[in-house]
Amino acid sequence: MLVESISNLGHRGICFLTALGRALLVLIHALFGKPQFRKHFPLFVEQLYVVGVQSVMIIIVSGLFIGMVLGLQGYNVLVQFKAEASLGPLVSLSILRELGPVVAALLFAGRAGSALTAEIGLMKATEQLSSMEMMAVDPLRRVISPRFWAGFVSLPLLTFMFSVIGIYGGKMVGVDWLGIDEGTFWTGTQASVDLYEDIAQGWIKSVIFAIVVCWVALFNGYNCLPTAAGISKATTQTVVHSSLIVLGLDFVLTALMFN
Amino acid sequence: MLQDSLIRIENVTFSRGLRKIYDNVSLTIPRGKITAVMGPSGTGKTTLLRIIGGQLKPDSGSVFYEDKNIPELGRSALYELRKKMSMLFQSGALFTGMSVFDNVAYPLREHTDLPEELIRTLVMMKLETVGLRGAASLMPSELSGGMSRRAALARSIALDPELIMYDEPLTGQDPITMAVLLKLIKELNESLGITSIIVSHDVGEVMSIADYVYLVSGGRVLAHGVPEQLQREKHPDVYQFIHGLPDGAVPFHYPAGNYLEEL
Repeated sequence: MLVESISNLGHRGICFLTALGRALLVLIHALFGKPQFRKHFPLFVEQLYVVGVQSVMIIIVSGLFIGMVLGLQGYNVLVQFKAEASLGPLVSLSILRELGPVVAALLFAGRAGSALTAEIGLMKATEQLSSMEMMAVDPLRRVISPRFWAGFVSLPLLTFMFSVIGIYGGKMVGVDWLGIDEGTFWTGTQASVDLYEDIAQGWIKSVIFAIVVCWVALFNGYNCLPTAAGISKATTQTVVHSSLIVLGLDFVLTALMFN
Repeated sequence: MLQDSLIRIENVTFSRGLRKIYDNVSLTIPRGKITAVMGPSGTGKTTLLRIIGGQLKPDSGSVFYEDKNIPELGRSALYELRKKMSMLFQSGALFTGMSVFDNVAYPLREHTDLPEELIRTLVMMKLETVGLRGAASLMPSELSGGMSRRAALARSIALDPELIMYDEPLTGQDPITMAVLLKLIKELNESLGITSIIVSHDVGEVMSIADYVYLVSGGRVLAHGVPEQLQREKHPDVYQFIHGLPDGAVPFHYPAGNYLEEL
């Protein structure tokens, strides 16, 4: 019994390390495969549309509502201490430092990440990746790389949109509906938001999250069992793994950046 | 036989987990001929094609394409070699997001710098060969199973390969489509001199066009020779497979315990 448990543990360990090694190889090929501008740039632009532009709506709507809820809750608490003038800094710092990068990454994992995994998995199940290999076309460069770079570029831009819309949503509730002075809201925001500490560090987070989400999504698709159940499992894994890694990494990055 | 070979498989052993798919197998594919690799389902016929294509590496042994040992080739050398070979997958494996025209044009656009006009001419010539010139603008989802395979065949000859590997090209096809595919395989072999490997278990149909046949089962080559030779073979396993007998050396029943005891 004990020997069997140890053996199972060892087997799981080996499987994990093998998967990690394969995932690293996929990432390295996607990152460092020599791109051919004429052939690969149109693929990158196409993926930028699929991964980035098609995610804009969910990002804008979510950003707006999260900003509005933050404005409402923040106002209700601050008004008890006659500190409603601090609503601007509260909303903008919360969104720029944490909610923007994290929620945008979670939404991106759910919308674009799962779609990437399902697409690559289906290409694998229908032997499209194998046929590409047999046509002497490297699927890592032709399929994985453009999707990776499109995600890498898209998520920070989507995060930026989320943050801007979110702050605007907070302003809508605080200023336009609950009557806080607009000058106070924006002056407080301007005085408290630091370009490096808040905006740049939020942007760094979103870049790191973009790498993680794209990597997890593409690897899960590329490595999945080529069956309906395998694709379904890989898609679920993408959302679960990337969400957990984003949340965990957010804590680590926050601890590092803000001491 | 087989002095001028394109592929030489020497003492190849290949396993998946604990299961040995090939155990010290050797076979030779003659240049410019149609070689059939036949055997019961699950014997690793497709695996053999993937080993030749370098998509799988054998545990031991050599797979020579002319003088190049495929398992020892580096990534770029392997991709360079694959430009000379092609594979028709069982499903066709057409790119679902592209039209038939773009599917056939794909290898040309990837590997050549030909102007679009010339690519169009070449694609139309390939589609005419398989009788699908009129279907150039259709999407793969609009094709029947047989048309998909013909479109995939047009794509696989786009770069005029030396070797085409057909993975179960006739499975699930109606008699007319089967006859069309057989005719195309034979004509491509004769007119372009392409070396062909057909993996199949459609005995009668494949034997009608094959120049040489290998019968594989249980991880080894059971028999090989020209089709007439195999049809006369008396070895029980070979006889059962060639004549399609439901019971024999390969039993009807999957190994199990005593029937009465289990009831």
